Amino acid sequence: MADTNFLLETRGLTKRFGGVIAVNDVNFNLIPGELRCLIGPNGAGKSTFFKCLTHQHKPSSGKIFFKDRDITRLHTHQIAHLGIGIKTQVPSVFDGIPVRENIWLAARRYHGRGSANKVTADVIDRVGLGNIRDSMVGRLAHGERQWVEIGMVLTSDPTLLLLDEPTAGMTHEETEKTARLIKEISESASLIVVEHDMQFIKAIANKVTVFHQGSILVEDKVEAVMANPLVRDIYLGKEKD
Amino acid sequence: MRGLSLNTAGLLAAAIISVLALVVIPQVAPFYILLQITLYFSFAILALSLAFIWGFGGVFSFGQAAFFGLGGYTYAILSINMGSSTVPLIVAIVLPTVFALLLGYLMFYGRLSSVYLAVITLVVTLIFHKFLGHTAGFEYRIGNAHLGGYNGIPAIPPINVPGDVTKFAFPEDMFYIAGVALVIVYFGLRWLLSSHFGRTLIGIRENEERAELLGYDVRLYKMIAFGIAGAIAALGGVMFTNWNSFIDPHVFDLGMSAQIIIWVVVGGLSTLIGPIIGAFALGILALELGTQQTIDVNLILGAILIIVVLFVPEGFVPTIKRMCIWLAESRGWLRSRLDSSDLEEKQGRDG
Ligand SMILES: Nc1ncnc2c1ncn2[C@@H]1O[C@H](COP(=O)(O)OP(=O)(O)OP(=O)(O)O)[C@@H](O)[C@H]1O
Ligand SMILES: [Mg+2]
Repeated sequence: MADTNFLLETRGLTKRFGGVIAVNDVNFNLIPGELRCLIGPNGAGKSTFFKCLTHQHKPSSGKIFFKDRDITRLHTHQIAHLGIGIKTQVPSVFDGIPVRENIWLAARRYHGRGSANKVTADVIDRVGLGNIRDSMVGRLAHGERQWVEIGMVLTSDPTLLLLDEPTAGMTHEETEKTARLIKEISESASLIVVEHDMQFIKAIANKVTVFHQGSILVEDKVEAVMANPLVRDIYLGKEKD
Repeated sequence: MRGLSLNTAGLLAAAIISVLALVVIPQVAPFYILLQITLYFSFAILALSLAFIWGFGGVFSFGQAAFFGLGGYTYAILSINMGSSTVPLIVAIVLPTVFALLLGYLMFYGRLSSVYLAVITLVVTLIFHKFLGHTAGFEYRIGNAHLGGYNGIPAIPPINVPGDVTKFAFPEDMFYIAGVALVIVYFGLRWLLSSHFGRTLIGIRENEERAELLGYDVRLYKMIAFGIAGAIAALGGVMFTNWNSFIDPHVFDLGMSAQIIIWVVVGGLSTLIGPIIGAFALGILALELGTQQTIDVNLILGAILIIVVLFVPEGFVPTIKRMCIWLAESRGWLRSRLDSSDLEEKQGRDG
């Protein structure tokens, strides 16, 4: 495999569910340190694209490379091991156990007994979960559950973070807090963030990729994408065949 | 420090009750009661095997009776052939464990859904039942041990002191042996559930997907847990066989498999003490009901299961425990759960 400068690259990535082509021949790439936003209308295939990257869905065809290594056929836990973390659209957390135990289980996977406790405390601090650290995650509000999940992913110091709608259901202040957190994370990791909120995207992103019907429609700087009539059309549902 | 933490209090209580039970009961109880309790000890060990794999691993196994029976049969066949009990004891636990690991490998690496898992484990158990039922013929013997079909294997030698077959366990000694086995399993599981492995298993029960996304190989964890549960059930089977000096294919029948589930559900899923109490309480109940002829025992056990599922869905122990904690906290005997600093110890969620 020829070396590229990409951290992540997909070639011809396709995922079919029966007759539905959720992700269609996607060639995507990301350079190290980048913070990319992924947008697109409902059902465009953004979440499915993420789940192919983590092998929660097995791609129907195409290849995925991470640091020039073919990871298409690796298992989910092996991909996690390589340094790819994900916050899924519907928070995927351990509902029946407390916040702190959630974070600890994440931390302990990659840290010894002693440092796992320290990492747990650090992350609880960093994400601001101190007040709720003893609460059962299942009883928390949607926004708090998202932070718990982000906190869990942060414990392993991932190289690449996939965030699927991290501000969904958050108040204005919570959204701002999340934006600050993402900015801070992006100083040490690469990120792909799926978002609908244009203000939010403006605040954090540089380059934006627009998904539409499973394919990449446009990929450009945030201002250019927002000015693009094609993008406006698909968001307003005025597209012609 | 105001009062004890919940975990320490529970541990202390469990230790005191264990010691008291093993010391005091033989002094006061008549012989036939001791025998009965010894049986419940072996059932309680079996109940713990399901409590562990189902309540903490989230794997609904309908087949713990298979490992229980396999342990019992292995012990019977080997001890009849070898005279001494030491090797049979070890093999009777190792063999079912290996079998559980293999079965677990097929099920978990094959990514079977939980429904198939329940069906497969039950079918395996019933296959043992059918197969051993058809071993009445003279050709079905292993060394000196005749499998005996539905008539079972009688005259199984008791456990003896390693290296000295003249020093063997009398029925009253089995009370201590089975009792200590139960105590070891109970405290062993408490320790396991507070270890990294156990805490991860609880995480997997809560959300398999998240565990994988964090980098845990869920298949491997479940397979190992299934193996451990198999080992515990096999230990129960060995104790049972010793208690009885006899084993027959009934240990593999549907009623046995169903009973284990009832013990665990009635006592309380996701606890360890609950299933032990469930095994004792329902064992006593079945014995009492067995002496009368008016109502079928299984009918009543079934009715109890339905009532518990409908009205005390958590089982009795968690419900009573919640009431006790509330009482103790409001009186200041227990440190409030909110300001406890040893939270990570409690993740076993056990009583
Ligand atoms: N597990 C599945 N089985 C069948 N079809 C699916 C499955 N998951 C997604 N799809 C379909 O694939 C398409 C893409 O869905 P996906 O969830 O990836 O979209 P999305 O861009 O994340 O949308 P949203 O903005 O609503 O989250 C949709 O048509 C959806 O119905
Ligand atoms: Mg989505």
